[in-house]
Amino acid sequence: MRILLDKFSKSFGATKVIEDMDLNVGSGEMLALLGPSGCGKSTTLFAICGIHRPTSGRILFGNRDVTSLSSQERNVGVVFQSYALYPHMTVAENIGFPLTVRRMTAAEINKRVAEIAALVHIDNLLDRKPSQLSGGQQQRVALARALIRRPDVLLLDEPLANLDAKLRLEMRSEIRRLQKETGITAILVTHDQVEAMSMCDRIAIMKAGEIVQIATPSEMYNDPRTAFVAGFLGNPPISFLTGRAKQGAFALDDGGLKLPLAALSGIPDGTALTLGIRPEHFGIGGDVPVEGKVTFAETQGRENLYDVVLPDGSALRSIQPARSDVKPGDSVRWSLDSKAALVFGEDGRRL
Amino acid sequence: MSEQSKVSANFSSLPVILLLGLVSLPLVLMYAYLLLDTVSNSEAGSLIPSEFTLEHWSFLWQMKPGKPNIWLVTLNTFIFASCITAVILIVSSMAGYVLSRLNLPARGFFLAGVMVLHAFPSVTLIIAIFIVLQYIGLYNSLVGVILVKSAIDLPLGIWLMKGFYDTVPWEIEMAGIVDGASRFAVWRRLVLPQIKPAIMALGLFSFLTGWSEFILPQVLAPGAHVQVLSVYLASLIADDNNFDFATFKAVGVFYVIPVLILYVFFQKHLMNIYGGGTKG
Ligand SMILES: Nc1ncnc2c1ncn2[C@@H]1O[C@H](COP(=O)(O)OP(=O)(O)OP(=O)(O)O)[C@@H](O)[C@H]1O
Ligand SMILES: [Mg+2]
Repeated sequence: MRILLDKFSKSFGATKVIEDMDLNVGSGEMLALLGPSGCGKSTTLFAICGIHRPTSGRILFGNRDVTSLSSQERNVGVVFQSYALYPHMTVAENIGFPLTVRRMTAAEINKRVAEIAALVHIDNLLDRKPSQLSGGQQQRVALARALIRRPDVLLLDEPLANLDAKLRLEMRSEIRRLQKETGITAILVTHDQVEAMSMCDRIAIMKAGEIVQIATPSEMYNDPRTAFVAGFLGNPPISFLTGRAKQGAFALDDGGLKLPLAALSGIPDGTALTLGIRPEHFGIGGDVPVEGKVTFAETQGRENLYDVVLPDGSALRSIQPARSDVKPGDSVRWSLDSKAALVFGEDGRRL
Repeated sequence: MSEQSKVSANFSSLPVILLLGLVSLPLVLMYAYLLLDTVSNSEAGSLIPSEFTLEHWSFLWQMKPGKPNIWLVTLNTFIFASCITAVILIVSSMAGYVLSRLNLPARGFFLAGVMVLHAFPSVTLIIAIFIVLQYIGLYNSLVGVILVKSAIDLPLGIWLMKGFYDTVPWEIEMAGIVDGASRFAVWRRLVLPQIKPAIMALGLFSFLTGWSEFILPQVLAPGAHVQVLSVYLASLIADDNNFDFATFKAVGVFYVIPVLILYVFFQKHLMNIYGGGTKG
């Protein structure tokens, strides 16, 4: 079922958290809400499931306006960041609770609980209490509880934040598999960009209550609209150089580097610019040579990560296939890939 | 609890036990004598009991002249304490929830009000209450004194319950609401079970204060048919003509037995209310 936010705003007293947000999530799509802490992701989610009433604007599920409907009438499944399992109930009672309050018969509830428990692989844990489960198991119980009444919409608020790296990887594919199998429209809140990129069809990047850009993961990575988006996506992160426009080229203030860029034609000389270079576009195989000094080297197994400081003090990051000939303190002459460089104006907008 | 009661290894417990034993010896002796005295007679001026007797306990099967039946009095006390417990539990578990969670108008005013009422010395109101009860015809009735006693104890109960509700995570309620439960069902089936230890503790606490309450029944319900044990006990020594010290002691023992039983079985729950934690 499609979710549409139309000029949605939310404020708590005098603090405006979200202002005039428009968001359209297609039926069966999984969307990631990605953004720094405090930007309003949870607030948006809680408005969609009816816990917060919007200050203004509309929320539509399909063609139905649900803005003034209570949570109970919306049929939304939510997985909370802390899972929010009911501590005094067994796993089976937890999962069956949404059906119990609907006054289904015990036989029907047992049948559905067994079905959904098998789907998330916790059918052997049904008699335990939540406190006797591991984090990953609790998370699956929360997921099962959200899915059991076949919600129109599934909302996940940082569901993987409490898990260790390996379990997180497993859960990532498991949630995606369940979402695809059930065909539910889902919104995933996260501040882990890897999670967002690997699990979702599209990503919406938020900053201070606004959606800065909404696009597929690869579009977002290759074609960021602002420096904020470029800085948010990518691991290791992009590095930025500040300089000025000079005859259709980007130049560092000390004149040490000059990078002719097509995007800069028609930009008056002296305009302040920011250049973004992803680590994989600096190293071997570029077209513009840059000299600098290695200040930091780290091996990640298959690849090495280097920080290179240019003569004017700004730093570039480089990621390369593992090699052992470069050590911190060495002077290097590596090259930039000018076609992949991203250039931003003073206001952070991409040129 | 069980961990605390195990002997810890980093200090010797023997001196502590000795010291505690020594300090509490006078108390223990007093209790022992109290018990002994109720079932024995001793020569005047002597501490050593000379004969075994059950005559001091005869109030259990004989009506004393001018006194109500002890079993009626016990039943009254029981009704009094139980009703107070029920009223306090029902009202403060709901009011505490409302004050802790719901966004009602003038919430701050109610919170402050509860605080002030709790600190208010209620004895000063007793004359006014007496007049009011007289006026509405509840003077000398159990209902009247139950209402008054519950009302006076409610602020503490509400305040305690609010504190316990504050420790229940919000998410559980949000999850319940999103799962389709009504606000009342969320309270009843999800939140209330979380604070069960607190309910236990408050219930016990209310029962015990009800059981031992003296001033209110004495002033507001002194009549023979509505007398409670504390008033009965006091009337034994207030009566100058047949002053019977041994019976007074026996009734006293009879009066504390239920309290002791409750303490023995439920002291763990009672500690909760002072510890402030919900880890039953
Ligand atoms: N009940 C509230 N009253 C007042 N302000 C609130 C309330 N809830 C949230 N806020 C504010 O709204 C802003 C957005 O909060 P929100 O919880 O949506 O952030 P978030 O994006 O989910 O952050 P995180 O990643 O840390 O969970 C924050 O600045 C927060 O202080
Ligand atoms: Mg959040």
